[in-house]
Amino acid sequence: MALILDLLVQGGQMALVLALSPLLTGFVRKVKARLLRRRGPSMLQPYRDLLRLLRKEVVLADNASWLFRVTPYLIFAATWVAAALVPTFAIGLKFSWTADLIAIIALLGSARFFLALAGMDVGTSFGGIGSSREVMIATLAEPAMLLIVFTLALVAGSTQLSMVAVMMSQPEVGLRVSLGLALIGLIMVAIAENARIPVDNPTTHLELTMVHEAMVLEYSGRHLAMIEFAASLKLLLYISLIACVFAPWGIAAPDSAPLAYAIGTAAYLGKLALGGALLALFETSIAKMRVFRVPDFLGAALMLGLLGTLLLFVSRSL
Amino acid sequence: MDGLIFDIAHLFAGGLVLVSFMLLYQDRLYALLNIFALHAFVLALSVAWQALVQAAPHLYVTAAIALGFKAIVIPVALHRIIQRLGIHRQVETVVGMGPTMLAGMGLVALSMVVMLRVTPEADPLAREDLAFALSVVLLGLLMMVTRRNAVSQVIGFMSLENGLILAATGAKGMPLVVEISVAFSVLIAFIVIGIFLFRIRERFDTVDIGALDDFRGERK
Amino acid sequence: MTPAATSLLCVAALLATALVAVPFGRRARATPAIYGASLAATVVALAGALLHLVAGGTSEVVLPLGLPWLGAHFRLDALAAFFLVVVNFGGAAASLYGLGYGRHEEAPHRVLPFFPAFLGAMNLVVLADDAFSFLLCWEFMSLASWALVIAHHRATDNTRAGYIYLVMASFGTLALLLAFGLLAGPQGGYGFAAMRAAEHPPLVAALVLGLLILGAGSKAGLVPLHVWLPLAHPAAPSHVSALMSGVMTKVAIYGFVRVVFDLLSEPSWWSSMVVLALGGATAVLGILHALMERDLKRLLAYSTIENIGVVFVGLGLALAFRAEGMGWAAALALTAALFHVLNHSLFKSLLFFGAGAVLGATATRDMDRLGGLIHRMPRTSFAFLVGCAAISALPPLNGFASEWLAFQAILQSPQLSAWGLKIMVPAVGGLLALSAALAAACFVKAFGVTFLGRPRSDAAAAAHEVDRFSQAAMFILAGLCLAAGILPGFVIDAVAPVTQALVGDRMPRQTGVEWLSIVPIAEGRSSYNGLLVFLFITISASLAVVVIHRFASRALRRGPAWGCGFVEPSPMTQYSGVSFAQPIRRVFGTLAFRAREHVEMPPPGDMRPARLTVQMHDLVWDALYAPIAGAIGFAADRLNTLQFLTIRRYLSLVFLALVGLLLVLAIWP
Repeated sequence: MALILDLLVQGGQMALVLALSPLLTGFVRKVKARLLRRRGPSMLQPYRDLLRLLRKEVVLADNASWLFRVTPYLIFAATWVAAALVPTFAIGLKFSWTADLIAIIALLGSARFFLALAGMDVGTSFGGIGSSREVMIATLAEPAMLLIVFTLALVAGSTQLSMVAVMMSQPEVGLRVSLGLALIGLIMVAIAENARIPVDNPTTHLELTMVHEAMVLEYSGRHLAMIEFAASLKLLLYISLIACVFAPWGIAAPDSAPLAYAIGTAAYLGKLALGGALLALFETSIAKMRVFRVPDFLGAALMLGLLGTLLLFVSRSL
Repeated sequence: MDGLIFDIAHLFAGGLVLVSFMLLYQDRLYALLNIFALHAFVLALSVAWQALVQAAPHLYVTAAIALGFKAIVIPVALHRIIQRLGIHRQVETVVGMGPTMLAGMGLVALSMVVMLRVTPEADPLAREDLAFALSVVLLGLLMMVTRRNAVSQVIGFMSLENGLILAATGAKGMPLVVEISVAFSVLIAFIVIGIFLFRIRERFDTVDIGALDDFRGERK
Repeated sequence: MTPAATSLLCVAALLATALVAVPFGRRARATPAIYGASLAATVVALAGALLHLVAGGTSEVVLPLGLPWLGAHFRLDALAAFFLVVVNFGGAAASLYGLGYGRHEEAPHRVLPFFPAFLGAMNLVVLADDAFSFLLCWEFMSLASWALVIAHHRATDNTRAGYIYLVMASFGTLALLLAFGLLAGPQGGYGFAAMRAAEHPPLVAALVLGLLILGAGSKAGLVPLHVWLPLAHPAAPSHVSALMSGVMTKVAIYGFVRVVFDLLSEPSWWSSMVVLALGGATAVLGILHALMERDLKRLLAYSTIENIGVVFVGLGLALAFRAEGMGWAAALALTAALFHVLNHSLFKSLLFFGAGAVLGATATRDMDRLGGLIHRMPRTSFAFLVGCAAISALPPLNGFASEWLAFQAILQSPQLSAWGLKIMVPAVGGLLALSAALAAACFVKAFGVTFLGRPRSDAAAAAHEVDRFSQAAMFILAGLCLAAGILPGFVIDAVAPVTQALVGDRMPRQTGVEWLSIVPIAEGRSSYNGLLVFLFITISASLAVVVIHRFASRALRRGPAWGCGFVEPSPMTQYSGVSFAQPIRRVFGTLAFRAREHVEMPPPGDMRPARLTVQMHDLVWDALYAPIAGAIGFAADRLNTLQFLTIRRYLSLVFLALVGLLLVLAIWP
């Protein structure tokens, strides 16, 4: 019985992230539009876009190989699995120990690896420009992320997200400057990884500035739907990650009553809405930077991660 | 409660190190001035917190001096000077941003190792305060040696001095007279350098101190 | 028959094969016969080593060879068995690949005798149990591989590669010779058992460690001793490149581990800082060089340097933890290093086989003349893709499992007591993460430019798939990359006796853990399950495919790619390897290679195209090797006059030398 319940909760989480992610994207777009005094599309528009794309036929470039056709599904699956392993409304799920934080980052790295390959498959210069810039950004964002993970793991004594969430809600963690640095660094990495302003612009189609959009330029129909879906999932993943680590309040403990799960879900929705609104606010208040300013931006995130780890040694417990 | 006291002191001191890095990261003069004001503001907060914790009212004076002079008067004055001189607004660095930041990291690590190794028995609060203060001092020095522009060198010097004040307040027992004299010496140094700036500018039409080397015939 | 004797018999078979190949090497039938015999011998040796690794224990053999009073000692313990598995597995795969690939060899008589000899020598180095036979076998291994490097000696640059390799190999052996001399001490106990028993004072221990970094490090490709490696490894035929990169570097690591962890009494903690710093620098510099490369095989050789760096980071961590008495953490770090040794031998052999297949099909290693091979060589490209994903440390493949263990070891650093280490280890962790991310970028480039896109030359457009034997070798390796990635627990348990013997502790038993997860310390701290990750990804991807194809649409149409309004753009407009790496060169290259870009813009009205030139410097070469080479050249010029003296002067030189020596003897206290 307990096993069935566990599986239900785990399955619920997988379904929840899948169902919520387009809504989050729609919500961010809506808030951005409102901030610009536009009315903006309905928050449900991403669902409609996905359904429309799924029903359309795929137009495949003449030169596209099997890798180009397989990649969208791989990216979607890897991102979905990663998103399902980040605690959202409850911790200690049935399979939460399958992958720790490092493995979740690496899963996203796998998705990016294949996306960058797909960008090079058709053999146009657009795909190449997108892939080469994407890997350049990744070479700085990934180590920055891992250093942030080091900081968190050294504070929490674990790389398991459930354990980190538990530790972070304890009073003895206290106010630590390292955690502040880690939070700033994590937000910078999240912005870069999700191709948001000021690193990249998800709505641009100007060749000089495209990164993510240039890689997926040749995709259409259901393939494009999978990639867009994966992008939404990734945004949701990062907001859930920040919420789970830095705001673990209200999250349901393992084997708790249904009410706790309900509270956890409500708290999670609130955190998502807050995160999305802050992201929209940030994006409307800042201009996109040149591609070769991005290394400075991410270099700063890398430094924050390293500084966070260093400063741990002068804080209380270590 | 003890933990909270430590945490807040730690937060301000660590924040000061972070702002020192932001100073290193900046490449525009006006933004540099604003960040320096922030640096002084964080210092004032830190000193005020120490005054509260140590129940040492004279430290409030130090905090007020830091806030008044360094966070408001000096940045505004420098702002005017830059405007008056029409200095090129980009900071000219000697080495690139990345190596500078890496060197800064190395200096922070070095000061931690040194301070934590030589003070194993000291009060943890003073210990980490000293480690942070040494980092701020070293970062200020680093800024002075990696910048070509005289204004950013002045700012580097003043951030270094902020580090000294941080060390002094953390050490418990530095008399007020010394602090005030330190603060005034900085003010005087600022005035001297300000005048100096005008003189360089009058003579060489630039504040890039490389021009002085040329004048001395060191660089051909 | 004891396991050690079995291994020696296999070596004898290999050496006999080599001898047979000398007279018959030119015959057409010799190629399959020689590679077949090598395959059989290595498979037997592999089975013996595997059985011994599982069964445990040590077995020794003393042969009446070599120095009369010493004999030749051979010993098979857990460490040797593990490395024999790596050596013989790589050897078997290379022999299998050679069965097909060797048929296209233009000068088989230059390759066939040395190939089994090289395999036998590597086996012997691992088995040797006294300094004399170790050095002899080490030198034999170097010479055999040198002969293979200059097998195609008419190709440009190959003789230079061979020359530099020979110089570096001799230098390395000299360093090892001195190290063993120090270990043996004044009594001259050259057997490993005597060295193990002896107590070494700290100064001697530090000197031995330094000499080993020079000797074994130069063979493994540690920065700054790496310069020969990217020249020599690609020059050999591809299956030999695979052996040199995938296996011989591991033998060098074996030498380092054997001496530092087994023979030497414990060095102090600061020596681990040297190893850590060298490892971190090697990892990052190696992969940056690889990214800048446009020659596919040289790219792989530089990436070998990166992986050696990762292994040395693991070894440095193990040294640090052992010096502080944290056995469990040392076992974790050493397991990570050894696991990475195994993984690298798997995927690097696979990648070199793939590069060999591409070279055989298109006759070029220049990536910027390739492209589109995924259509012409589907199987090779699939296997190569698996290798690329594995070496980029992507879950659920094996490269990730070992890097994950290394990161877990790094996370134990706060418990170290030395402040320098405490702060250094996370920074090295940052370097490790940076090199992993750069490796992913590098292999996106390697696969993307070589196999994807449109062909950039006629040779690439007319490529054909390789033979069955080569494919079989690549697919077996790809399968093992996946298997070691999803079932890492078995490898960790197999390595446990080695760590038990070397650092006195082992990682917790993994095979009993629920769902076959790996748990380095405790479940609450960290765990990873490659099997479940693999299953989850497979299931959710298939679910997505089934649902979409069933309920949405499965229509598909082919059309031209969007070329911004240009029709049929030339394949040369694609991103090339050099242009792909340009953003990364701008970010890291200015510092690491002093890269400078120069645009030459013709004046208005001039019809010449504008040109972009990029200048890059290998700083290590400029700062270290060029001055040494210059000094040697200068000294040679000065000494040249000695060649043209009269007989009387020569005699007086000899006489003066004799008197001088006598004087020394007279004054010597």
